Amino acid sequence: MSIARFWRETPRRYNLGGSKCTNCGTAYFPPRSVCPTCARHRESIGKMVPFQLSGEGEVYSFTTVHEPAEGFEMQVPYVLALVRTVEGPMLTGQIVDLAPEEVRIGLKVRATFRKLREEGKAGVIHYGYKFAPVEETAVRPPGGSRTAVGTPATPEGDRAPA
Amino acid sequence: MRDVAVLGVGMTKFGELWDRSFREIGIEAGLQALVDAKLSSGDLGALYLGNMASGSLIDQEHIGPLILDYAGLGDRHLPAVRVEGGGASGSLALHQGYLAVASGLYDFVVVGGAEKLTDVPDATGNQITSSAADHEWEVVFGGTLPALWALIARRHMHQYGTTREQLARVAVHAHAMGAKNPNAHYRNPVSLEQVLAAGPVAEPLGVFDCAPLSDGAAAVVLGPMERAHRYTDQPIRIAASQVACDAMAVQHRRDVTTLDSTVVAARRAFEQARRAPADVNVAEINDAYTISALVALEDLGFCEKGRAGPEFESGRFGPNGELPVNSSGGLKAQGRPFGAVGVAQVVELVRQLRGEAKDRQVKHASLALAHDVGGTGATSVVTLLERGS
Repeated sequence: MSIARFWRETPRRYNLGGSKCTNCGTAYFPPRSVCPTCARHRESIGKMVPFQLSGEGEVYSFTTVHEPAEGFEMQVPYVLALVRTVEGPMLTGQIVDLAPEEVRIGLKVRATFRKLREEGKAGVIHYGYKFAPVEETAVRPPGGSRTAVGTPATPEGDRAPA
Repeated sequence: MRDVAVLGVGMTKFGELWDRSFREIGIEAGLQALVDAKLSSGDLGALYLGNMASGSLIDQEHIGPLILDYAGLGDRHLPAVRVEGGGASGSLALHQGYLAVASGLYDFVVVGGAEKLTDVPDATGNQITSSAADHEWEVVFGGTLPALWALIARRHMHQYGTTREQLARVAVHAHAMGAKNPNAHYRNPVSLEQVLAAGPVAEPLGVFDCAPLSDGAAAVVLGPMERAHRYTDQPIRIAASQVACDAMAVQHRRDVTTLDSTVVAARRAFEQARRAPADVNVAEINDAYTISALVALEDLGFCEKGRAGPEFESGRFGPNGELPVNSSGGLKAQGRPFGAVGVAQVVELVRQLRGEAKDRQVKHASLALAHDVGGTGATSVVTLLERGS
Protein backbone atom coordinates (compact mmCIF):
# COMPACT_ATOMS: atom_id res chain seq x y z
CA MET A 1 0.00 0.00 0.00
CA SER A 2 1.46 3.38 -0.96
CA ILE A 3 2.31 5.79 1.85
CA ALA A 4 -0.17 8.38 0.59
CA ARG A 5 -2.97 5.85 0.53
CA PHE A 6 -2.61 5.12 4.21
CA TRP A 7 -1.60 8.65 5.24
CA ARG A 8 -4.70 10.28 3.81
CA GLU A 9 -6.90 8.26 6.19
CA THR A 10 -4.91 9.37 9.25
CA PRO A 11 -7.66 11.58 10.73
CA ARG A 12 -9.99 8.58 10.72
CA ARG A 13 -7.57 5.82 11.70
CA TYR A 14 -5.76 7.85 14.41
CA ASN A 15 -8.53 10.05 15.73
CA LEU A 16 -11.83 8.37 14.88
CA GLY A 17 -13.10 11.31 12.88
CA GLY A 18 -16.49 10.42 11.47
CA SER A 19 -19.36 12.43 10.11
CA LYS A 20 -22.92 13.25 11.10
CA CYS A 21 -25.97 14.11 9.04
CA THR A 22 -27.49 17.36 10.29
CA ASN A 23 -30.73 16.42 8.58
CA CYS A 24 -31.47 13.19 10.50
CA GLY A 25 -28.75 13.22 13.19
CA THR A 26 -27.23 9.84 12.30
CA ALA A 27 -23.48 9.45 12.87
CA TYR A 28 -21.21 7.55 10.47
CA PHE A 29 -17.75 6.08 10.51
CA PRO A 30 -15.78 6.35 8.29
CA PRO A 31 -17.20 9.72 7.22
CA ARG A 32 -19.59 9.81 4.31
CA SER A 33 -20.41 12.62 1.93
CA VAL A 34 -23.99 11.42 1.53
CA CYS A 35 -26.24 10.16 4.33
CA PRO A 36 -27.52 6.63 3.56
CA THR A 37 -30.60 7.33 5.66
CA CYS A 38 -31.56 10.52 3.82
CA ALA A 39 -29.79 9.91 0.51
CA ARG A 40 -32.83 8.82 -1.44
CA HIS A 41 -34.45 12.20 -0.84
CA ARG A 42 -31.22 14.09 -1.51
CA GLU A 43 -31.87 15.90 1.74
CA SER A 44 -28.43 15.18 3.13
CA ILE A 45 -26.40 16.71 0.31
CA GLY A 46 -24.22 19.44 1.81
CA LYS A 47 -25.49 18.64 5.29
CA MET A 48 -22.82 16.21 6.48
CA VAL A 49 -20.54 17.66 9.17
CA PRO A 50 -17.43 16.25 10.88
CA PHE A 51 -18.20 14.24 13.98
CA GLN A 52 -15.77 12.91 16.59
CA LEU A 53 -16.37 9.43 18.00
CA SER A 54 -15.44 8.96 21.66
CA GLY A 55 -14.00 5.48 21.08
CA GLU A 56 -16.32 3.96 23.69
CA GLY A 57 -18.36 0.95 22.73
CA GLU A 58 -19.08 -2.72 23.22
CA VAL A 59 -18.29 -5.95 21.42
CA TYR A 60 -21.10 -6.92 19.06
CA SER A 61 -19.39 -9.99 17.62
CA PHE A 62 -15.85 -11.38 17.55
CA THR A 63 -13.61 -14.06 16.12
CA THR A 64 -10.19 -15.37 17.03
CA VAL A 65 -8.19 -15.31 13.81
CA HIS A 66 -5.59 -18.02 13.21
CA GLU A 67 -5.01 -17.51 9.48
CA PRO A 68 -4.12 -13.82 9.39
CA ALA A 69 -4.57 -10.99 6.99
CA GLU A 70 -1.38 -9.86 5.27
CA GLY A 71 0.93 -8.06 7.69
CA PHE A 72 -0.69 -9.62 10.77
CA GLU A 73 1.36 -12.84 10.70
CA MET A 74 3.24 -11.96 13.91
CA GLN A 75 0.01 -11.33 15.83
CA VAL A 76 -1.79 -14.68 15.50
CA PRO A 77 -3.98 -15.65 17.12
CA TYR A 78 -5.66 -12.26 17.32
CA VAL A 79 -9.22 -11.27 18.10
CA LEU A 80 -11.11 -9.29 15.49
CA ALA A 81 -14.40 -7.76 16.57
CA LEU A 82 -17.34 -5.69 15.50
CA VAL A 83 -17.60 -2.90 18.06
CA ARG A 84 -20.83 -0.93 18.40
CA THR A 85 -19.80 2.56 19.52
CA VAL A 86 -21.94 4.52 21.96
CA GLU A 87 -22.56 7.07 19.18
CA GLY A 88 -24.02 4.36 16.95
CA PRO A 89 -21.53 3.47 14.19
CA MET A 90 -20.11 -0.06 14.14
CA LEU A 91 -16.34 -0.46 13.67
CA THR A 92 -14.18 -3.46 12.81
CA GLY A 93 -11.03 -3.74 14.89
CA GLN A 94 -8.87 -5.95 17.05
CA ILE A 95 -9.44 -6.54 20.76
CA VAL A 96 -6.19 -6.24 22.70
CA ASP A 97 -5.00 -6.44 26.31
CA LEU A 98 -7.29 -9.39 26.97
CA ALA A 99 -6.84 -13.12 26.46
CA PRO A 100 -8.89 -14.29 23.44
CA GLU A 101 -10.91 -16.73 25.59
CA GLU A 102 -12.07 -13.85 27.79
CA VAL A 103 -13.61 -11.83 24.99
CA ARG A 104 -17.40 -11.98 24.93
CA ILE A 105 -20.29 -10.24 23.24
CA GLY A 106 -21.30 -7.20 25.29
CA LEU A 107 -17.78 -6.54 26.61
CA LYS A 108 -17.26 -2.80 27.18
CA VAL A 109 -14.25 -1.55 25.24
CA ARG A 110 -12.47 1.68 24.46
CA ALA A 111 -10.46 2.56 21.36
CA THR A 112 -6.72 2.62 21.82
CA PHE A 113 -3.98 3.77 19.46
CA ARG A 114 -1.74 0.90 18.31
CA LYS A 115 0.44 -0.41 15.57
CA LEU A 116 -1.74 -2.28 13.08
CA ARG A 117 0.79 -3.93 10.79
CA GLU A 118 4.16 -3.59 9.14
CA GLU A 119 4.91 -3.86 5.48
CA GLY A 120 7.89 -6.19 5.81
CA LYS A 121 11.17 -5.34 7.55
CA ALA A 122 11.84 -2.14 5.66
CA GLY A 123 8.34 -1.01 4.79
CA VAL A 124 5.85 1.37 6.25
CA ILE A 125 4.35 0.76 9.69
CA HIS A 126 0.61 1.31 9.82
CA TYR A 127 -1.02 2.66 12.98
CA GLY A 128 -4.65 2.97 13.94
CA TYR A 129 -7.33 2.01 16.42
CA LYS A 130 -7.75 -1.23 18.28
CA PHE A 131 -10.01 -1.80 21.26
CA ALA A 132 -9.09 -2.63 24.85
CA PRO A 133 -11.46 -3.70 27.63
CA VAL A 134 -12.70 -1.00 29.99
CA GLU A 135 -13.13 -3.43 32.90
CA GLU A 136 -10.44 -4.19 35.44
CA THR A 137 -9.80 -7.51 33.66
CA ALA A 138 -7.48 -5.65 31.33
CA VAL A 139 -3.92 -6.88 31.34
CA ARG A 140 -1.20 -4.53 30.24
CA PRO A 141 1.14 -6.32 27.84
CA PRO A 142 4.83 -6.31 28.75
CA GLY A 143 6.35 -3.12 27.46
CA GLY A 144 3.10 -2.09 25.85
CA SER A 145 2.14 1.52 26.09
CA ARG A 146 -1.36 2.90 25.96
CA THR A 147 -2.27 6.02 24.18
CA ALA A 148 -5.87 7.10 24.04
CA VAL A 149 -7.16 7.63 20.54
CA GLY A 150 -7.67 11.32 20.02
CA THR A 151 -4.30 12.25 21.51
CA PRO A 152 -2.18 13.98 18.90
CA ALA A 153 0.61 11.60 18.08
CA THR A 154 3.37 11.44 15.54
CA PRO A 155 4.41 7.83 15.68
CA GLU A 156 7.55 6.59 14.09
CA GLY A 157 6.99 5.39 10.57
CA ASP A 158 4.15 7.74 9.86
CA ARG A 159 5.64 10.62 8.00
CA ALA A 160 3.76 12.37 5.30
CA PRO A 161 5.34 12.01 1.89
CA ALA A 162 7.44 15.02 0.91
CA MET B 1 -38.16 -8.39 -23.15
CA ARG B 2 -38.27 -11.96 -24.46
CA ASP B 3 -37.79 -15.24 -22.63
CA VAL B 4 -34.24 -16.54 -22.46
CA ALA B 5 -33.19 -20.20 -22.46
CA VAL B 6 -30.03 -22.01 -21.49
CA LEU B 7 -29.18 -24.09 -24.57
CA GLY B 8 -25.87 -25.61 -23.58
CA VAL B 9 -23.61 -26.07 -20.58
CA GLY B 10 -20.01 -27.03 -19.95
CA MET B 11 -17.43 -27.00 -17.22
CA THR B 12 -13.93 -28.20 -16.46
CA LYS B 13 -12.94 -30.21 -13.46
CA PHE B 14 -12.47 -27.92 -10.45
CA GLY B 15 -9.40 -28.22 -8.28
CA GLU B 16 -5.66 -27.71 -8.37
CA LEU B 17 -5.13 -27.83 -12.11
CA TRP B 18 -1.36 -27.41 -12.11
CA ASP B 19 -0.95 -28.51 -15.72
CA ARG B 20 -3.59 -26.23 -17.20
CA SER B 21 -3.52 -22.51 -17.92
CA PHE B 22 -6.25 -19.93 -17.48
CA ARG B 23 -6.91 -19.73 -21.20
CA GLU B 24 -7.02 -23.51 -21.59
CA ILE B 25 -9.70 -24.00 -18.95
CA GLY B 26 -11.70 -21.01 -20.18
CA ILE B 27 -11.79 -22.40 -23.69
CA GLU B 28 -12.55 -25.95 -22.64
CA ALA B 29 -15.68 -24.89 -20.75
CA GLY B 30 -16.85 -22.60 -23.55
CA LEU B 31 -16.39 -25.17 -26.30
CA GLN B 32 -18.18 -27.82 -24.24
CA ALA B 33 -21.14 -25.48 -23.88
CA LEU B 34 -21.20 -24.70 -27.62
CA VAL B 35 -21.08 -28.40 -28.52
CA ASP B 36 -23.78 -29.16 -25.95
CA ALA B 37 -25.97 -26.44 -27.51
CA LYS B 38 -25.31 -27.82 -31.02
CA LEU B 39 -24.55 -24.25 -31.94
CA SER B 40 -21.93 -23.09 -34.38
CA SER B 41 -19.70 -20.31 -33.17
CA GLY B 42 -20.85 -18.37 -36.24
CA ASP B 43 -24.21 -17.84 -34.55
CA LEU B 44 -22.75 -16.06 -31.53
CA GLY B 45 -23.35 -12.39 -30.80
CA ALA B 46 -21.21 -11.81 -27.74
CA LEU B 47 -19.16 -13.29 -24.90
CA TYR B 48 -19.54 -12.36 -21.24
CA LEU B 49 -16.81 -13.57 -18.92
CA GLY B 50 -17.04 -13.59 -15.13
CA ASN B 51 -13.69 -13.26 -13.39
CA MET B 52 -12.71 -11.71 -10.11
CA ALA B 53 -8.98 -11.13 -10.04
CA SER B 54 -7.00 -12.29 -13.07
CA GLY B 55 -4.78 -9.21 -12.86
CA SER B 56 -3.58 -10.06 -9.35
CA LEU B 57 -3.65 -13.84 -9.80
CA ILE B 58 -2.05 -14.32 -13.22
CA ASP B 59 -0.93 -10.77 -14.14
CA GLN B 60 -3.41 -10.69 -16.96
CA GLU B 61 -6.21 -8.20 -17.38
CA HIS B 62 -8.20 -7.71 -20.58
CA ILE B 63 -9.20 -11.36 -20.61
CA GLY B 64 -12.37 -11.00 -22.69
CA PRO B 65 -10.56 -10.81 -26.01
CA LEU B 66 -7.92 -13.25 -24.75
CA ILE B 67 -10.49 -16.02 -24.37
CA LEU B 68 -12.30 -15.00 -27.55
CA ASP B 69 -9.03 -15.12 -29.48
CA TYR B 70 -8.03 -18.57 -28.23
CA ALA B 71 -11.54 -19.87 -28.84
CA GLY B 72 -10.78 -19.17 -32.50
CA LEU B 73 -13.19 -16.26 -32.72
CA GLY B 74 -10.74 -13.37 -32.83
CA ASP B 75 -11.43 -12.64 -36.49
CA ARG B 76 -15.19 -12.53 -35.87
CA HIS B 77 -14.63 -9.38 -33.81
CA LEU B 78 -17.38 -10.22 -31.31
CA PRO B 79 -17.73 -8.06 -28.24
CA ALA B 80 -16.08 -9.90 -25.32
CA VAL B 81 -16.76 -8.32 -21.94
CA ARG B 82 -15.33 -9.20 -18.57
CA VAL B 83 -17.65 -8.77 -15.58
CA GLU B 84 -16.44 -8.47 -11.98
CA GLY B 85 -18.33 -8.65 -8.69
CA GLY B 86 -16.08 -10.54 -6.28
CA GLY B 87 -17.19 -14.13 -5.86
CA ALA B 88 -20.43 -13.32 -7.68
CA SER B 89 -18.63 -12.37 -10.91
CA GLY B 90 -19.90 -15.45 -12.77
CA SER B 91 -23.55 -14.80 -11.92
CA LEU B 92 -23.17 -11.15 -12.79
CA ALA B 93 -21.82 -12.18 -16.21
CA LEU B 94 -24.84 -14.45 -16.56
CA HIS B 95 -27.10 -11.53 -15.73
CA GLN B 96 -25.44 -9.43 -18.45
CA GLY B 97 -25.85 -12.24 -20.98
CA TYR B 98 -29.46 -12.68 -19.94
CA LEU B 99 -30.17 -8.96 -20.40
CA ALA B 100 -28.48 -8.95 -23.81
CA VAL B 101 -30.59 -11.83 -25.16
CA ALA B 102 -33.80 -10.74 -23.42
CA SER B 103 -33.48 -7.27 -24.92
CA GLY B 104 -33.08 -8.68 -28.42
CA LEU B 105 -29.67 -7.07 -28.88
CA TYR B 106 -28.07 -10.48 -29.47
CA ASP B 107 -29.64 -13.84 -30.18
CA PHE B 108 -26.97 -16.18 -28.87
CA VAL B 109 -24.28 -15.45 -26.31
CA VAL B 110 -21.74 -17.46 -24.36
CA VAL B 111 -21.46 -16.70 -20.66
CA GLY B 112 -18.30 -18.03 -19.08
CA GLY B 113 -16.73 -17.88 -15.68
CA ALA B 114 -13.09 -18.72 -15.02
CA GLU B 115 -10.53 -18.29 -12.26
CA LYS B 116 -7.00 -19.58 -11.82
CA LEU B 117 -6.19 -19.43 -8.12
CA THR B 118 -3.38 -21.91 -7.69
CA ASP B 119 -0.74 -20.03 -9.66
CA VAL B 120 -0.12 -18.04 -6.46
CA PRO B 121 0.65 -19.42 -2.97
CA ASP B 122 -2.37 -20.02 -0.70
CA ALA B 123 -1.60 -17.02 1.50
CA THR B 124 -1.45 -14.75 -1.54
CA GLY B 125 -4.66 -16.25 -2.88
CA ASN B 126 -6.42 -15.56 0.42
CA GLN B 127 -5.10 -12.02 0.45
CA ILE B 128 -6.24 -11.34 -3.11
CA THR B 129 -9.69 -12.82 -2.59
CA SER B 130 -10.09 -10.83 0.63
CA SER B 131 -10.12 -7.74 -1.57
CA ALA B 132 -13.80 -8.58 -2.17
CA ALA B 133 -14.28 -7.17 1.37
CA ASP B 134 -13.73 -3.49 2.21
CA HIS B 135 -9.96 -3.10 2.13
CA GLU B 136 -9.71 0.25 3.94
CA TRP B 137 -12.04 -0.49 6.85
CA GLU B 138 -11.98 -4.28 7.24
CA VAL B 139 -8.81 -5.79 5.76
CA VAL B 140 -6.43 -3.09 7.02
CA PHE B 141 -7.66 -3.84 10.55
CA GLY B 142 -6.96 -7.58 10.25
CA GLY B 143 -10.06 -8.76 8.43
CA THR B 144 -10.07 -11.68 6.00
CA LEU B 145 -13.08 -13.23 4.26
CA PRO B 146 -13.29 -16.14 6.75
CA ALA B 147 -12.80 -13.76 9.70
CA LEU B 148 -15.61 -11.49 8.53
CA TRP B 149 -17.91 -14.47 7.97
CA ALA B 150 -16.90 -15.71 11.42
CA LEU B 151 -18.20 -12.41 12.84
CA ILE B 152 -21.53 -13.19 11.18
CA ALA B 153 -21.39 -16.76 12.52
CA ARG B 154 -20.66 -15.78 16.12
CA ARG B 155 -23.50 -13.27 16.15
CA HIS B 156 -25.87 -15.81 14.57
CA MET B 157 -24.96 -18.32 17.28
CA HIS B 158 -25.47 -15.66 19.95
CA GLN B 159 -28.83 -14.47 18.66
CA TYR B 160 -30.40 -17.71 17.49
CA GLY B 161 -28.60 -20.48 19.36
CA THR B 162 -27.03 -21.91 16.20
CA THR B 163 -24.46 -24.51 17.24
CA ARG B 164 -20.95 -25.37 16.11
CA GLU B 165 -22.26 -28.82 15.10
CA GLN B 166 -24.98 -27.30 12.93
CA LEU B 167 -22.34 -25.31 11.05
CA ALA B 168 -20.24 -28.45 10.64
CA ARG B 169 -23.21 -30.33 9.13
CA VAL B 170 -23.03 -28.05 6.11
CA ALA B 171 -19.48 -29.21 5.36
CA VAL B 172 -20.35 -32.87 5.93
CA HIS B 173 -23.20 -32.54 3.45
CA ALA B 174 -21.04 -30.75 0.88
CA HIS B 175 -18.37 -33.44 0.94
CA ALA B 176 -20.98 -36.22 0.72
CA MET B 177 -22.33 -34.62 -2.46
CA GLY B 178 -18.88 -33.81 -3.85
CA ALA B 179 -18.03 -37.50 -3.60
CA LYS B 180 -20.66 -38.11 -6.32
CA ASN B 181 -19.44 -35.37 -8.63
CA PRO B 182 -16.56 -36.26 -10.97
CA ASN B 183 -15.77 -32.55 -11.48
CA ALA B 184 -15.50 -31.78 -7.77
CA HIS B 185 -12.32 -30.46 -6.16
CA TYR B 186 -12.91 -32.71 -3.13
CA ARG B 187 -14.43 -36.16 -3.58
CA ASN B 188 -13.78 -37.47 -0.08
CA PRO B 189 -16.61 -37.71 2.42
CA VAL B 190 -15.81 -36.23 5.83
CA SER B 191 -17.36 -37.00 9.21
CA LEU B 192 -18.79 -34.54 11.69
CA GLU B 193 -15.90 -35.38 14.02
CA GLN B 194 -13.35 -34.56 11.32
CA VAL B 195 -14.93 -31.19 10.63
CA LEU B 196 -15.04 -30.34 14.34
CA ALA B 197 -11.46 -31.49 14.91
CA ALA B 198 -9.95 -29.56 12.00
CA GLY B 199 -7.63 -26.66 12.76
CA PRO B 200 -9.15 -23.24 13.35
CA VAL B 201 -9.12 -20.52 10.66
CA ALA B 202 -11.21 -17.83 12.33
CA GLU B 203 -13.21 -19.18 15.24
CA PRO B 204 -15.80 -20.60 15.20
CA LEU B 205 -14.83 -21.50 11.62
CA GLY B 206 -12.23 -24.18 11.00
CA VAL B 207 -10.50 -25.48 7.90
CA PHE B 208 -13.51 -27.57 6.88
CA ASP B 209 -15.88 -24.63 7.28
CA CYS B 210 -14.13 -22.79 4.45
CA ALA B 211 -14.35 -23.53 0.74
CA PRO B 212 -10.99 -24.07 -0.96
CA LEU B 213 -9.17 -21.91 -3.49
CA SER B 214 -9.72 -23.75 -6.78
CA ASP B 215 -8.98 -23.45 -10.46
CA GLY B 216 -11.85 -23.99 -12.82
CA ALA B 217 -14.10 -22.70 -15.53
CA ALA B 218 -17.74 -23.10 -16.50
CA ALA B 219 -19.83 -21.81 -19.40
CA VAL B 220 -23.37 -21.70 -20.69
CA VAL B 221 -24.89 -20.75 -24.03
CA LEU B 222 -27.98 -18.55 -23.87
CA GLY B 223 -30.50 -17.92 -26.62
CA PRO B 224 -34.10 -16.81 -27.15
CA MET B 225 -36.64 -19.31 -25.82
CA GLU B 226 -38.71 -18.99 -29.01
CA ARG B 227 -35.87 -20.52 -31.01
CA ALA B 228 -34.63 -22.97 -28.41
CA HIS B 229 -36.33 -26.05 -29.87
CA ARG B 230 -34.16 -25.86 -32.97
CA TYR B 231 -31.17 -26.61 -30.77
CA THR B 232 -32.35 -28.77 -27.91
CA ASP B 233 -35.23 -30.97 -26.81
CA GLN B 234 -34.79 -29.74 -23.28
CA PRO B 235 -34.45 -25.99 -23.19
CA ILE B 236 -34.18 -24.58 -19.70
CA ARG B 237 -35.88 -21.23 -19.29
CA ILE B 238 -34.34 -18.50 -17.14
CA ALA B 239 -37.46 -17.65 -15.16
CA ALA B 240 -35.68 -14.86 -13.28
CA SER B 241 -32.27 -13.23 -13.05
CA GLN B 242 -31.88 -10.65 -10.32
CA VAL B 243 -28.99 -8.81 -8.73
CA ALA B 244 -29.04 -6.83 -5.48
CA CYS B 245 -26.28 -4.97 -3.68
CA ASP B 246 -25.79 -3.79 -0.10
CA ALA B 247 -23.27 -2.00 2.11
CA MET B 248 -19.73 -3.10 1.31
CA ALA B 249 -18.60 -3.84 4.89
CA VAL B 250 -20.27 -6.13 7.43
CA GLN B 251 -20.04 -3.31 9.99
CA HIS B 252 -22.42 -1.17 7.91
CA ARG B 253 -25.19 -3.71 7.37
CA ARG B 254 -28.68 -3.20 8.74
CA ASP B 255 -28.39 -6.60 10.46
CA VAL B 256 -25.10 -8.47 10.76
CA THR B 257 -26.80 -11.88 10.54
CA THR B 258 -28.81 -11.10 7.40
CA LEU B 259 -27.64 -10.57 3.83
CA ASP B 260 -30.18 -7.98 2.73
CA SER B 261 -28.75 -8.27 -0.78
CA THR B 262 -29.88 -11.91 -0.81
CA VAL B 263 -33.27 -11.11 0.70
CA VAL B 264 -33.94 -8.48 -1.96
CA ALA B 265 -32.50 -10.41 -4.93
CA ALA B 266 -34.64 -13.42 -3.95
CA ARG B 267 -37.77 -11.32 -3.49
CA ARG B 268 -37.27 -9.72 -6.90
CA ALA B 269 -36.59 -13.09 -8.51
CA PHE B 270 -39.70 -14.72 -7.08
CA GLU B 271 -41.75 -11.70 -8.18
CA GLN B 272 -40.29 -11.84 -11.68
CA ALA B 273 -41.05 -15.57 -11.99
CA ARG B 274 -44.37 -15.33 -10.13
CA ARG B 275 -43.25 -18.16 -7.94
CA ALA B 276 -42.53 -18.67 -4.24
CA PRO B 277 -39.70 -20.27 -2.27
CA ALA B 278 -41.92 -23.32 -1.66
CA ASP B 279 -42.04 -23.98 -5.44
CA VAL B 280 -38.27 -24.57 -5.66
CA ASN B 281 -37.25 -28.26 -5.87
CA VAL B 282 -33.49 -27.98 -6.18
CA ALA B 283 -31.02 -25.22 -5.30
CA GLU B 284 -27.35 -24.33 -5.45
CA ILE B 285 -26.60 -21.85 -2.67
CA ASN B 286 -23.49 -20.02 -1.52
CA ASP B 287 -21.65 -22.13 1.03
CA ALA B 288 -18.29 -20.40 0.79
CA TYR B 289 -18.30 -20.76 4.57
CA THR B 290 -20.63 -23.07 6.46
CA ILE B 291 -22.35 -20.05 8.02
CA SER B 292 -22.93 -18.63 4.51
CA ALA B 293 -25.18 -21.58 3.65
CA LEU B 294 -27.27 -21.29 6.83
CA VAL B 295 -27.75 -17.55 6.40
CA ALA B 296 -28.61 -18.10 2.71
CA LEU B 297 -31.35 -20.62 3.48
CA GLU B 298 -32.97 -18.06 5.76
CA ASP B 299 -32.49 -15.04 3.51
CA LEU B 300 -33.72 -16.85 0.39
CA GLY B 301 -36.96 -17.58 2.24
CA PHE B 302 -36.52 -21.34 2.63
CA CYS B 303 -36.81 -21.14 6.41
CA GLU B 304 -37.44 -18.64 9.16
CA LYS B 305 -34.65 -16.32 10.32
CA GLY B 306 -32.51 -18.14 12.84
CA ARG B 307 -33.92 -21.58 12.06
CA ALA B 308 -31.51 -22.80 9.38
CA GLY B 309 -29.22 -24.61 11.84
CA PRO B 310 -31.83 -27.02 13.22
CA GLU B 311 -33.57 -27.36 9.85
CA PHE B 312 -30.32 -28.26 8.12
CA GLU B 313 -29.61 -30.76 10.87
CA SER B 314 -33.04 -32.33 10.33
CA GLY B 315 -32.10 -33.32 6.79
CA ARG B 316 -34.62 -31.04 5.12
CA PHE B 317 -31.94 -29.76 2.73
CA GLY B 318 -30.22 -33.13 2.21
CA PRO B 319 -30.36 -35.28 -0.94
CA ASN B 320 -33.58 -36.97 0.20
CA GLY B 321 -35.04 -33.93 1.88
CA GLU B 322 -37.79 -31.60 0.85
CA LEU B 323 -35.36 -29.20 -0.86
CA PRO B 324 -32.02 -30.74 -1.80
CA VAL B 325 -29.30 -28.08 -1.92
CA ASN B 326 -25.83 -28.13 -3.43
CA SER B 327 -26.05 -31.48 -5.18
CA SER B 328 -22.80 -30.45 -6.90
CA GLY B 329 -20.97 -30.37 -3.59
CA GLY B 330 -21.29 -26.60 -3.45
CA LEU B 331 -18.36 -24.23 -3.15
CA LYS B 332 -17.08 -26.30 -0.25
CA ALA B 333 -16.56 -29.57 -2.15
CA GLN B 334 -17.10 -28.92 -5.85
CA GLY B 335 -14.69 -26.03 -5.36
CA ARG B 336 -14.41 -22.29 -5.38
CA PRO B 337 -12.82 -20.78 -8.49
CA PHE B 338 -14.32 -17.40 -7.67
CA GLY B 339 -15.47 -16.10 -11.07
CA ALA B 340 -16.57 -19.56 -12.24
CA VAL B 341 -18.76 -20.39 -9.24
CA GLY B 342 -22.01 -18.76 -10.31
CA VAL B 343 -21.85 -20.19 -13.82
CA ALA B 344 -21.05 -23.67 -12.45
CA GLN B 345 -24.13 -23.45 -10.22
CA VAL B 346 -26.24 -22.96 -13.33
CA VAL B 347 -24.46 -25.81 -15.11
CA GLU B 348 -25.35 -28.15 -12.24
CA LEU B 349 -28.96 -26.99 -12.09
CA VAL B 350 -29.45 -27.33 -15.85
CA ARG B 351 -28.17 -30.91 -15.58
CA GLN B 352 -30.59 -31.51 -12.70
CA LEU B 353 -33.54 -30.09 -14.65
CA ARG B 354 -32.62 -32.17 -17.72
CA GLY B 355 -32.32 -35.31 -15.59
CA GLU B 356 -28.63 -35.69 -16.44
CA ALA B 357 -27.18 -35.48 -12.91
CA LYS B 358 -26.63 -39.25 -12.59
CA ASP B 359 -25.78 -40.36 -9.03
CA ARG B 360 -26.79 -37.03 -7.59
CA GLN B 361 -30.04 -36.59 -9.57
CA VAL B 362 -32.78 -34.91 -7.55
CA LYS B 363 -36.23 -36.40 -8.17
CA HIS B 364 -38.98 -34.29 -9.75
CA ALA B 365 -36.81 -31.24 -10.30
CA SER B 366 -38.74 -28.61 -12.24
CA LEU B 367 -37.84 -25.25 -10.66
CA ALA B 368 -34.25 -24.55 -9.61
CA LEU B 369 -32.63 -21.66 -7.77
CA ALA B 370 -29.02 -20.49 -7.94
CA HIS B 371 -27.69 -18.13 -5.28
CA ASP B 372 -24.29 -16.48 -5.61
CA VAL B 373 -22.62 -14.02 -3.23
CA GLY B 374 -19.75 -11.56 -3.65
CA GLY B 375 -17.54 -10.81 -0.65
CA THR B 376 -19.48 -10.94 2.58
CA GLY B 377 -22.77 -10.09 0.87
CA ALA B 378 -22.32 -6.72 -0.83
CA THR B 379 -23.59 -8.43 -3.99
CA SER B 380 -26.08 -11.28 -4.29
CA VAL B 381 -27.41 -12.80 -7.49
CA VAL B 382 -30.44 -15.07 -7.60
CA THR B 383 -31.33 -16.99 -10.75
CA LEU B 384 -34.44 -19.13 -11.22
CA LEU B 385 -34.37 -21.85 -13.87
CA GLU B 386 -37.36 -23.79 -15.10
CA ARG B 387 -37.76 -26.84 -17.29
CA GLY B 388 -39.22 -25.66 -20.58
CA SER B 389 -42.40 -27.14 -21.99
